[in-house]
Amino acid sequence: MSGITAIDVTKRFNGFTALHDVSVTIPEGSLTALLGPSGSGKSTLLRVIAGLEEPDAGQVLIGSEDVTERPARARGVGMVFQHYAAFKHMTVYDNVAFGLTIRKRPRAEIGRRVHELLELVQLEGLAKRYPAQLSGGQRQRMALARALAVEPSVLLLDEPFGALDARVRKELRAWLRRLHDEVHVTTIIVTHDQEEAMEVAGQIVVLNDGRIEQVGSPRELYDSPANEFVMTFVGPVNRLGETFVRPHDVELRLEPDEGSVEAMVERVVHLGFEARVELVRDDGQHLLAQLTQEEAEQLELERGQIVYVRSSRETVFSEAARHPDQPRSG
Amino acid sequence: MATSAAVLERPVRVGSGAPGALAFWSEVTRPEAVAALKLTLGVSAVCALVNAIAGTAIAWVLVRDRFRGKGIVDSVIDLPFALPTIVAGLTLLALYGPGGPFRIDVAFTRLGLLLALLFVTLPFVVRAVQPVLLELDTEMEEAAASLGARPSAVFRRIVFPNLLPAILSGVTLAFARAVGEFGAVVLISGNIPFKTEVSSVYIFGQLQAGNGSGAAAVSVLLLVISFGVLLAIGGFRRWRTRHDRV
Repeated sequence: MSGITAIDVTKRFNGFTALHDVSVTIPEGSLTALLGPSGSGKSTLLRVIAGLEEPDAGQVLIGSEDVTERPARARGVGMVFQHYAAFKHMTVYDNVAFGLTIRKRPRAEIGRRVHELLELVQLEGLAKRYPAQLSGGQRQRMALARALAVEPSVLLLDEPFGALDARVRKELRAWLRRLHDEVHVTTIIVTHDQEEAMEVAGQIVVLNDGRIEQVGSPRELYDSPANEFVMTFVGPVNRLGETFVRPHDVELRLEPDEGSVEAMVERVVHLGFEARVELVRDDGQHLLAQLTQEEAEQLELERGQIVYVRSSRETVFSEAARHPDQPRSG
Repeated sequence: MATSAAVLERPVRVGSGAPGALAFWSEVTRPEAVAALKLTLGVSAVCALVNAIAGTAIAWVLVRDRFRGKGIVDSVIDLPFALPTIVAGLTLLALYGPGGPFRIDVAFTRLGLLLALLFVTLPFVVRAVQPVLLELDTEMEEAAASLGARPSAVFRRIVFPNLLPAILSGVTLAFARAVGEFGAVVLISGNIPFKTEVSSVYIFGQLQAGNGSGAAAVSVLLLVISFGVLLAIGGFRRWRTRHDRV
């Protein structure tokens, strides 16, 4: 088990710069998410760490060793891909055993290890199946067992749940979290889904346009975003001029009071515990408010109703943090 | 013509009066017929094998490598299909026959025969493997590499098993075509009995000599053997792709 350090990594593809001087440290034993929209460079960074892409500049350290020049096969990383990359001509058993047979381990040891892993990923009994006979979720768990079989010092997951349906995705997230608590291997998960990153990871690295916007715990990112990009990416937000307000910080009153603004209810969406209220202020600005179902019921909200809104908490960014797309130092 | 001359030197056995099965047997066991059949199957097998390797290599280069003129090479692969085989035979004879520009004379030899068959069957394996290689998930190879496999092991254990069914399809077609080829080989091989005469040319010779039953008997045997080989390769291919059936 080892931490991972990237130092000033730059990667260009045919004139397009996927990573600009990216430096980041992934603590040993942590579960870190690389979060960003598509094209932000998060997968490229993961592939550079795995040794599947060669950086144009910069270094990658696993533990204290510089692995920049080392091929993927010698880095001791376990890699899991979005579309499983299952060896479709091999049984589940042979898939999981692959890394061990490459290392020419004794047959009995391989057998023992594979069965241990299949139990860990809850696929015991399916050893003789082929990947085509498994569901997406089962295939991805097989891919995870295959990556863990070689006892990697780091586990790299590239959008591992991206190809699965919502329910299976949720199940596997929770399962991955528990698995990480059991095996403690330094893990990086790439995702574009902020909810997934927040749910699974202890540390989140937010990327945008090949640069790191912020590194922090889910709570830090949500409560004190470094700039507009992070603010808008990690959760829903209302933008009123230069002011940002989270929907759950919008308060609704039936009577006007100090600092409140008149607004009309456009739509009320009930989502079980939560109710979402779409409003339009008297100055024409649209606003989203998040209430508990109970609050919504007390207000007896309905379409066309006039309410008074104020925000309990607002965020305004400095000029430097306002335009994260512009090149900047640091 | 060497063929006709050789045939006419033997007693002609048209309508020898032997009952069906016996006549069939005596026709297919004639030394010249056996030699032609052995040569046909042997040279076709060698041709299929060379194609398996060269065709896969060409497909690999066309899919995975980048070089100038790739589009032209890709188009030219199909040339043997576009050319009447007799024209191919004539061209080969002009290039690799006596007085050819490369000073390589393989006319009237088994090597010349093989060369002609290789030329006309070249596209089969290339065109069978190319689309499969294009569709092959490169993440499988990356996963294998990250699990510690060297490039040679990645090819042997991941790429090759996934290409094998396509290679076998191409090989089957190449073999079948080589067994039946007439036009491309009739000029360059010289049709020397017991040396360069293949079954298709032998059958033609028998027909010309008026031995219809001899031609028919060898044709039937050739058909049965080819059919058996195709079934065997097809069966192996289906066994190799069993993992795709859910």
